[in-house]
Amino acid sequence: MTMFGVATAAVLVAMALVLIRAFAGPTVYDRILVVNVFGNLSVLLIALYGFLSGRPDFLDIAIVYALINFIATIAVTKYIKFDHLGRPRRGEEVDDL
Amino acid sequence: MSELLPQALDILSWILLIGGSVFTLIGAIGMLRLPDVFARMHGASLIDTMGVLLILLGLAVQAGWTIVTIKLALITVFVFFTSPTATHALAQAALWGGLKPASVDDEDEEGEEQ
Repeated sequence: MTMFGVATAAVLVAMALVLIRAFAGPTVYDRILVVNVFGNLSVLLIALYGFLSGRPDFLDIAIVYALINFIATIAVTKYIKFDHLGRPRRGEEVDDL
Repeated sequence: MSELLPQALDILSWILLIGGSVFTLIGAIGMLRLPDVFARMHGASLIDTMGVLLILLGLAVQAGWTIVTIKLALITVFVFFTSPTATHALAQAALWGGLKPASVDDEDEEGEEQ
């Protein structure tokens, strides 16, 4: 049980450090990167909390978090790059994402 | 032998969880201290690969051969597929948005790791 506590503490500290970068990040891409990493860290935290509380059923929620995290990062990146979620702007040739 | 095996599994789980924690912390510190976005993706990739893999592997050792291990493997495989994809898209969007890698000014061969 102690080992889960140690890993949970490490994940929480990493979350705090990453959040500092989110607030200090000079560009929007830093913040998107932080959102991506924070999502992965919260997946780890949910899995660890499930083991810590003796109920590993929380892993389903962790799976959903991982899925949503990927979709959110791709969607925000596409929006930043194209200014639109559907198609590229007219008259601009850009590669696909 | 039968009472030695759980202890060995506990020690293995300790090693994996501590290793994953160390990788996660190093990645977070890297995201704080590295100079620009393209370098910070380096720290993010440390968390997304070794941190997730080692911590979830340590949890799987504790869970044994149950449905929990299958779920953990599912999360690991999914993160290993999606995290490079998301980082690649983000790097391309950052390049498209006008950011330049910090070391691309002097020599061109330093900046092509993305």
